[in-house]
Amino acid sequence: MLKVHYFAALRETLGTQGEELAMPSTEMTVAQLIAHLVENRDEAWSILSNSTQVLVAVDQTIVERTHALLGNEEIAFFPPMTGG
Amino acid sequence: MISVQEADFDIAALYASLREEADNAGAIATFTGLVREFYEASDKGEKPSVQSLFLEHYPGMTEKALADIVTQAQQRWDVLACRVVHRVGELKANEQIVYVGVASTHRADAFAAAEFIMDYLKTRAPFWKKQATGEQSQWIESREADEIARQRWETSS
Repeated sequence: MLKVHYFAALRETLGTQGEELAMPSTEMTVAQLIAHLVENRDEAWSILSNSTQVLVAVDQTIVERTHALLGNEEIAFFPPMTGG
Repeated sequence: MISVQEADFDIAALYASLREEADNAGAIATFTGLVREFYEASDKGEKPSVQSLFLEHYPGMTEKALADIVTQAQQRWDVLACRVVHRVGELKANEQIVYVGVASTHRADAFAAAEFIMDYLKTRAPFWKKQATGEQSQWIESREADEIARQRWETSS
């Protein structure tokens, strides 16, 4: 299972801070997982497709959307950072 | 060396710990970030008074991202000792929010490493600010200027 987190404005837009998610197929890229979520959920989830507004970290490291998932990772979606 | 905390921090104590760890340092550069009293409103051009900020972060990744940034600075410059403190949770206007201190043999490395750490921290460490002005609250948008500030380190030496 993927352990999924959503942070900050994205957490509020989607109305959830996280979930456990089984990958619909054994090998997927981040982009394919996002396409699956966008297709199967309500309109709010389409924001995940925007790579400027939503960044992705796998096992706590920022990755490109071409990153291949195994299905047991921690994956997080969040807006660009605004710390400091 | 790296701390993500709700509590305020004591810059005198942080400076003393840098001097103690880097007993042969010739320079210590320190930076303290404060919660600004005003933020530009995104649409009307007004400047509402910011009464408080809420700092959300990604526990675990935050510490890891900051450690990675410090490691990069250590590989690039002569860093004898380093402290990074970032506060999370509820913060009021004018409170301290972030601290970076770098001890080095010479000032150029101390200045550069401290600035590098801040530029990366702002765009690569998972913190998000939400500002409250009166009854309203809104997430602060990332600034392109911060990303440009970070990118200049990719090309310069």
